[in-house]
Amino acid sequence: MRETEPLALYIHWPFCLAKCPYCDFNSHVRERMPEARFAAALRTELAHDAARLGRRKLGSIFFGGGTPSLMAPESVAALIADATTLFEPLPDLEITLEANPTSVEAGRLSAFRQAGVNRVSLGIQALDDAALAFLGREHSARQALAALETARALFPRITFDLIYARPGQTLADWQAELDTALSLVADHVSLYQLTIEPGTKFEALYRTGAFTLPDEDAAATLYQETATVTARHGLADYEVSNYARPGSESRHNLTYWRYGDYLGLGPGAHGRITQGENLFATRRHRAPEPWADLVERTGTGQTSQEALDPTDRAREMLLMGLRVTEGVNTSRFTARTGLELHEALDPVILNAALEEGYLEQSAQTLRTTPEGRLRLEALLGALVL
Amino acid sequence: MTDTPLSLIRNFSIIAHIDHGKSTLADRMIQACGALTAREMTNQVLDNMELERERGITIKAQTVRLSYPAKDGKTYVLNLMDTPGHVDFAYEVSRSLAACEGSLLVVDASQGVEAQTLANVYQAIDANHEIVPVLNKVDLPAADVERVKAQIEEVIGIPADDAVEISAKTGLNIEGVLEAVVTRLPPPVGDAEKPLQAMLVDSWYDSYLGVIVLVRVKEGRLKRGMKMRMMSTGAVHQIDQVGVFSPRMTPVESLGPGEMGYINAAIKTVADCNVGDTITDDRRPAEHALEGFKPSIPVVWCGLFPIVADDFEKLRDSLAKLRLNDASFHYEAETSAALGFGFRCGFLGLLHLEIIQERLSREFDLDLIATAPSVVYRITRTNGQEEELHNPADMPDLSLIEQIYEPWIKATIMVPDEYLGAVLTLCTERRGVQVDLTYVGSRAMAVYRLPLNEVVFDFYDRLKSLTRGYASFDYQMDGYEESDLVRISILVNQEPVDALSFIAHRTAAETRGRAICARLKDLIPRQLFKIAIQAAIGSKVIARETIGALSKDVTAKCYGGDISRKRKLLEKQKEGKKRMRQFGKVEIPQSAFLAALKMDG
Ligand SMILES: Nc1nc2c(ncn2[C@@H]2O[C@H](COP(=O)(O)OP(=O)(O)O)[C@@H](O)[C@H]2O)c(=O)[nH]1
Ligand SMILES: C[S@@+](CC[C@H](N)C(=O)[O-])C[C@H]1O[C@@H](n2cnc3c(N)ncnc32)[C@H](O)[C@@H]1O
Ligand code: SF4
Ligand SMILES: [Mg+2]
Repeated sequence: MRETEPLALYIHWPFCLAKCPYCDFNSHVRERMPEARFAAALRTELAHDAARLGRRKLGSIFFGGGTPSLMAPESVAALIADATTLFEPLPDLEITLEANPTSVEAGRLSAFRQAGVNRVSLGIQALDDAALAFLGREHSARQALAALETARALFPRITFDLIYARPGQTLADWQAELDTALSLVADHVSLYQLTIEPGTKFEALYRTGAFTLPDEDAAATLYQETATVTARHGLADYEVSNYARPGSESRHNLTYWRYGDYLGLGPGAHGRITQGENLFATRRHRAPEPWADLVERTGTGQTSQEALDPTDRAREMLLMGLRVTEGVNTSRFTARTGLELHEALDPVILNAALEEGYLEQSAQTLRTTPEGRLRLEALLGALVL
Repeated sequence: MTDTPLSLIRNFSIIAHIDHGKSTLADRMIQACGALTAREMTNQVLDNMELERERGITIKAQTVRLSYPAKDGKTYVLNLMDTPGHVDFAYEVSRSLAACEGSLLVVDASQGVEAQTLANVYQAIDANHEIVPVLNKVDLPAADVERVKAQIEEVIGIPADDAVEISAKTGLNIEGVLEAVVTRLPPPVGDAEKPLQAMLVDSWYDSYLGVIVLVRVKEGRLKRGMKMRMMSTGAVHQIDQVGVFSPRMTPVESLGPGEMGYINAAIKTVADCNVGDTITDDRRPAEHALEGFKPSIPVVWCGLFPIVADDFEKLRDSLAKLRLNDASFHYEAETSAALGFGFRCGFLGLLHLEIIQERLSREFDLDLIATAPSVVYRITRTNGQEEELHNPADMPDLSLIEQIYEPWIKATIMVPDEYLGAVLTLCTERRGVQVDLTYVGSRAMAVYRLPLNEVVFDFYDRLKSLTRGYASFDYQMDGYEESDLVRISILVNQEPVDALSFIAHRTAAETRGRAICARLKDLIPRQLFKIAIQAAIGSKVIARETIGALSKDVTAKCYGGDISRKRKLLEKQKEGKKRMRQFGKVEIPQSAFLAALKMDG
């Protein structure tokens, strides 16, 4: 186990202006957002956990949501200040904040920059107003582009999210939309295919046949074309749905994918924390107000802390590590899980997948090829013991 | 207590095509004789298995002793044996008949003679029974008494002039039936002073009393406390209880010649009771055994496998329990690469198979996969060795087979004229040979010889759909014939799926091979790797299909740090795999096998 690896810090802001119909994240709409209370509770949790963990190195901070751009910039500043005091920040500490491109939030971008945020992630989702309306977004394509402009002037690093494989979206539509988006800026993009999540408004609509999605073959074509277009713009597919100019990968997310340590604060946040020989999976109360109550009463909203056994760790590390193009490092795998890589894999499937060109293996790594990533769930389901 | 004089005993059974009213009539007779109070009467007293009631078919032969004060002023003991109507249980029919001297032939007056009427009546004639025709359901407007009487005379060849006309439902003329039993059926013969000879008619397991043996005393007297001896095995048991079914179990001191009743003698399992065996007095044994019945031989076999591998032991226990009650079904452990551990089971016929399967799922709560039913082939190897083949997977290479024989049946199909053409075509397609074609009123009666193999392969379903359910069908085994048979193996990615292999006539092999490949292609979802499905005879591929690999299966969504959720999903996926069978690098859901095996065509 390596407690010496830098820690990634995730801070969850559970509020949004409206609930998007496709979204199953832990995000909630409140008539009056209890900003001060939640900012204070997050600071309490941070102090509480820092006391427990000691002054570890800090590699990244990520404000996610929900919509963390609805936070007061002062709250963001305070949390950054706390974190960089309580932990030992690396000189190139990456601090990302997710922002929605509505005018309210765009107006605050410079304040976030001043608070110390050095990377912004814009939820653009689509560059087509009809699509944005369908997705239930509170902003137009023009507003999104404007937010991107503003961000470009302020932040050294920018990324944005798009959702594709939408109802009726043709290959040509998507190529054009993606080309436009990529010509704008960005050293990094997250391109997600629309998925129907249980419990969302879209699930109900989809079930009643209100809309259809591209079928498996069409989705495959869209996915493959996405990598081609991003490559033309100099962005490599370094994870299933993430594309970056070399060196501009999200350091924070790479920590998840490499199965490093991360501390998760805020309602519903998950963490993976090494302490001595143990790797703990931690989880916070998911409902916002009860979480805050718990923090106010006990100093932390944590509701469970479970030591993961070698099999669990091996599964988790493979599930994450095979999503990224760089793959899983074999010696790191053993150090992190206590198992040899081959002990965690079905040998028949491994050989077949190598032969089929779904996987590539070298002395130090096992990784998926683009063909393998295209079928990753099936591959993992068969391969991982 | 003195035994009933022979002249006051009548042993009889009721034979009928399904639904013609046999059970209803039995109920009425029991009621009329006051054997049960009105409150005790539940409809169809004799059909006491839940399944029997639901399906309206009598599975196990049942018996009841009635006391009937006849018009001649004497009180008679009437022993009624209920018999199963379906041919699958022909063996049970024949042993029930052997215990009686006469039969009531019940024919639905609105339907007329049907295939099972014929099959059963011929057995009664073989058993030297006196037969009294009973025309039931005369309350129905569609009843045509004269036409049906003419049919009985014409088709069966027995006089029907003084057939008893009744409505079992309304109770009309039940008295007439009881009088006919007394006046028209002969009493049994036998001598109470001779050494005991009692025929073992049936045995079953009662969870309170243990094994119960149903007997018919032919000669001598059977007494409580007696040491009885089974003549085939020599096994001796002390008789704890002797009794009659009235219809509740009622102990008596002894049973004399001509009587029917039960014995309880601390016998461990039904397997120790050979049906048809002769029971005698150990102290004063009879010289000869009675002529026995041929043992019941399974004619249809299939594999039964638990869907969840963990249920194997439960399946073993359940089969053992079922066999306690039904010695006619056989089972032995079997291992299948495709389906895991299970049992090869033998049945008297398709209905029997279905009933056992249903009882396993219903009474024992087991989810099962049944492989395609197979008949029993006989093989002579090139080295002269002869063997029986219960499982297509065991068929030796053709080069090792000198000759192979398959069982044939003689089938009687009765069908309204307008569907006859379709039925004849079906029979021809199934390699049938016409034996006879006549008319019974407006219904055609086709008698065909058919390979049983062709009948277990969806014949009933096809017949039903071709005739909108208007055909009736019955059959009897009719010997073995040499045949040009081949085993068709189904391969998934070059690996044979033993559970799907089957034996067919060479001329049908390709069509069926192609059908099953096409069906599997529809049933098996696309997977990580492409899947080749082939049907082959030996090494020669006769049909093939390919299922391409999944084109995309990845959730390109942001999960953040919630790895637990991903792991839980993986674990759930693994749980689901318990219902999959692995063929090298591909996995086939058991549901696909299940559906492929179900299709039959
Ligand atoms: N209308 C009418 N229906 C009858 C008569 N006897 C029996 N049934 C009905 O016919 C069906 C089959 O009767 P059942 O006794 O179970 O026939 P089994 O299969 O021969 O035992 C049941 O629905 C009975 O109610 C009758 O005399 N008249
Ligand atoms: C934490 S979420 C939201 C961040 C921010 N609140 C926003 O909406 O811009 C991160 C991203 O996941 C993607 N996402 C959420 N639900 C999705 C779904 N059902 N299908 C595909 N992508 C989804 C969206 O692109 C979203 O920007
Ligand atoms: S997609 Fe973003 S803005 Fe929409 S509800 Fe989810 S977290 Fe909130
Ligand atoms: Mg009945």
